Amino acid sequence: MKRYVDFYLTNMKIAILNQFQYRVQNYFYLIGQIAEPIIYMVVWSTVAQTQGGQIAGYTPGGFAAYYIVWTLVRNMNIVLAPRDWEMRIQQGRLSGELLRPIHPIHNDVSSFAGWKVVMIILWLPLAALLTWIFQPTFHLTWYQIAAFFVAIWGAYLIRSMLIALLGLITFWTTRVGAIFDLYFALELILSGRLVPMPLMPDWVQRLASFLPFQWTFYFPINALTGSPTAVELLWGLGMQLLWFLGGLGLLNLVWRFAVRRFTSVGN
Amino acid sequence: MKILNLIWSHLKIGITNEMQYRANFFIQLLQSFIALATGLISLALVFSYTSTLGGWSRPELLAVMGVYTLMGGIIASAIQPNMLRLLDEISDGTLDFALTKPVDAQILVSLREFRFWQITDLILGLIVLGVAISQMQQGLGLWQVLGFLVALGLGVIIIYCFWLILTSIAFWAIRIYTLLELFQGVYAAGRWPVSIYPSWLRIGLTVLVPVAFAVTIPAEALTSRLIPITLLGEAGLAVLFIALARFAWRLGVRNYSGASA
Repeated sequence: MKRYVDFYLTNMKIAILNQFQYRVQNYFYLIGQIAEPIIYMVVWSTVAQTQGGQIAGYTPGGFAAYYIVWTLVRNMNIVLAPRDWEMRIQQGRLSGELLRPIHPIHNDVSSFAGWKVVMIILWLPLAALLTWIFQPTFHLTWYQIAAFFVAIWGAYLIRSMLIALLGLITFWTTRVGAIFDLYFALELILSGRLVPMPLMPDWVQRLASFLPFQWTFYFPINALTGSPTAVELLWGLGMQLLWFLGGLGLLNLVWRFAVRRFTSVGN
Repeated sequence: MKILNLIWSHLKIGITNEMQYRANFFIQLLQSFIALATGLISLALVFSYTSTLGGWSRPELLAVMGVYTLMGGIIASAIQPNMLRLLDEISDGTLDFALTKPVDAQILVSLREFRFWQITDLILGLIVLGVAISQMQQGLGLWQVLGFLVALGLGVIIIYCFWLILTSIAFWAIRIYTLLELFQGVYAAGRWPVSIYPSWLRIGLTVLVPVAFAVTIPAEALTSRLIPITLLGEAGLAVLFIALARFAWRLGVRNYSGASA
């Protein structure tokens, strides 16, 4: 256990130092990401105004709050892309990583976690600017802030597991582009990335409740911008833990079969 | 004449290349379809709560989405692949091979790549446009169709010039891959008419990133909102963009030093 903790801390530290060097690039990256939520925010604020000031409990200020926090949660949701798994497997670069005395996934999860620390720090001034422009309404309690802080890392871990599982498909087939696109489209709709879940029709919400997506997106955002009770927050964190453990178990299982299919020449 | 010949040969090479991988057509079709479905779902969600958005009715917004998909197809098949290749060659120093050919280098680098299968977006965009027009109350006159075609053509020119200016930055700064994401993020704003955005954003989407000219104005032509002066303005801007892109390219090439030569 201690060696894992050491590995994670060291790797995160390296990633933090590394990513701070590229802070301008990281800032561009962050700014590129805010276009999407601003579009949603404008569209839904306009709709809310035409419908007497609110829909499904969201006022324009509520939408602003939702989509500003969205920008951070979206960032926490970024993990090693399935396309990188594709490259790794197709080009045989995985060989080198398999030789290490530790599962290759630890390297990905820890270095991306370090990057997250940098992104959270870079996000704060941006959030202040967006708050000044769009005038969101927040009603914060201390336990919401605490739950949010845990929930964004929970979201990160769940999505790390899910996306790694998706990437492992490349061990079986090379035509994965369409599968990835389908997955991302489903995730967009069922996670709360497109709109807050209460805006969705009932049957979509029911469907989403059986799936992991909303625990990586809607739940953390709602933890901070909605008005959940302490019990609801604990329940949500419990669900996150459950989905993380489920994903971890499945990843371990699939990995065992997947890695047997890997062959590479040279390297 | 020589240039037309060149365009034709490169087009042929691009198509022949893609014909080797026919199954990719279906994959691409599926991907285009997924992207379109996501857009249609957002539209359906919005209209489950309201009947007009910023003065645009449902079929009119469907027309905007059709133009958005169509233009996206043109960008992804003919503009973006060329610019990404140029970006790579500038940073690798292999642009020498294009610069030393006996033809205008800007023209050459702009038409070397053609992703034929991306026309799936073009086809789906046209279908969506067809559905949208058939749902609209008023019919479509000759002037509207003409206005649409002209606006679309000018939009393609403006977007191409915009991309070339962006790519020319690579002559000075190497790590600009994030610009691609920046462009795609901002281009997504074109799913909705720019008139619904707050004024500072509308100005940005018109002047800074010409999304308005690429998508909204052609869609305005189809929904009888276009006034001749807008089209004239777009034509003027296209000329300005052509000159700017030429200038940025020339300046960049003068600053270029190959790594291999």
